[in-house]
Amino acid sequence: MQSKTIEFISNSVDETIRLGRKIGATLKGGEVICLDGNLSSGKTHLAKGIASGLGADGDSVNSPTFVMVNEYHCKFDVYHIDAYRAESVAEFEALGFAEFIGPSAVVLIEWANKILPALESLDCIRIELEHKGQNVRLIKITGDLSL
Amino acid sequence: MDNEIRILGIETSCDETAAAVVCNGKEVSSSVISSQIKLHEKYGGVVPELASRAHIEKIYPVLKDAIARASILPEQLDAVAVANRPGLSVALIVGLTAAKTLSLVWEKPLIAVNHIHAHLQSAMLEADALELPAAALIVSGGHTSLYDCRNCLDLKLLGATIDDAAGEAFDKVATILKLSYPGGPSIEKAACNGNPKAIQFPRSMLGKDSLDFSFSGLKTAVLYYCQGNDMKAPSRVNSMSENEIADIAASFQAAVIDVLVKKASRAAKKIGAKTILLGGGVAANSALREALEEMAEASGRKLLVAPRKYCTDNAVMVASLGYYKYKAGMFADMGLEAKASGEDSI
Repeated sequence: MQSKTIEFISNSVDETIRLGRKIGATLKGGEVICLDGNLSSGKTHLAKGIASGLGADGDSVNSPTFVMVNEYHCKFDVYHIDAYRAESVAEFEALGFAEFIGPSAVVLIEWANKILPALESLDCIRIELEHKGQNVRLIKITGDLSL
Repeated sequence: MDNEIRILGIETSCDETAAAVVCNGKEVSSSVISSQIKLHEKYGGVVPELASRAHIEKIYPVLKDAIARASILPEQLDAVAVANRPGLSVALIVGLTAAKTLSLVWEKPLIAVNHIHAHLQSAMLEADALELPAAALIVSGGHTSLYDCRNCLDLKLLGATIDDAAGEAFDKVATILKLSYPGGPSIEKAACNGNPKAIQFPRSMLGKDSLDFSFSGLKTAVLYYCQGNDMKAPSRVNSMSENEIADIAASFQAAVIDVLVKKASRAAKKIGAKTILLGGGVAANSALREALEEMAEASGRKLLVAPRKYCTDNAVMVASLGYYKYKAGMFADMGLEAKASGEDSI
């Protein structure tokens, strides 16, 4: 399948969350979504939107940096992973990554660039977030997603 | 006659593999935390990187050590308590499996403990008297939560972080300032020489009645400041003087503490708290302890803070809470599962 890249500009945290909700609402289950971008670029806020678009309680979606995996059981089983503290691809895989993927699951991976070899065989949706100002972000989405 | 109730506690919810034996909920017979013992030297072999957070290689030596240091035989234990939620599933499962196995083999009851609730036990451990209700604040790398504590088995979640935990904000700001890991102690150290009023960083209060927390905007504000208000420019941190770094660290720390103290005060008023409880890794921060002490004193409340050695993840707190569940007859069965979420389940 040919993947296209769509670009969005978000002017606030709220806009980022709203975009996430729109993405979440289109998911069919089975997707693996990579969220990359520097510290503070809005990865967790976008994940919060995506999970709420799938019916999770938005307030319960927070950063998994320390715990490494948050789980939200809503329309699908949402596994919200953060590779920030993963010291190796093997350690990332030891989080149970392979078992998370499935037709009734959506896997969100923050800092996916750190563990790319683990994603080689997968057809991921890639989202890159870039700082354009204190609150402005350029959000690029590549993959099979109809928004 | 032996009237003591001895509980073995097991903790594997995140990075630490820990086991402890506690008598009557308060007397610590042993406390073993994997990062604090030299497993390699003691047991030979190397803990592979793969398992660094998987706990599997550590659980047996840690348990063995905890029993040995308590100088007891397994027969003298009364129950096995384990933190089964919330946390990282693959990590929780290791402690849970060990607890179930020991419970079955030793024929001792199994007790399920909420990891965050257990953190509060650390604050109560060395207190002679505890006046309730208490507004209880848990602040760590993974959690920032406020509870209405009627007693250690009657806790209601009042608020929690909606993005980053306070401890995570410390770590990420330390990264921005190119300070060493872990960020908590390095920010605190740098802040000692800085002016907490040098920079007015935002305090996100989320509305006047909210007891939730948000620290990601503060993290962004620090980053933006260090970029010289230009996100595309290189970070200014490398060319900053030590004084400037100290001012940023102190101003950031003051913003976090301000929010924590105000929310704790708000919660205390709301529930008519007689006591403020503080636990979790960030509870080791001296400036936070002092600010909460001041707030508590000014409002006629008592502050109880976890001793520093029990601020970060440990199993003493699990065994201690396990004791009160034992007394209340709250036992789990072999169907007990690990749960990633569940800040609010007793």
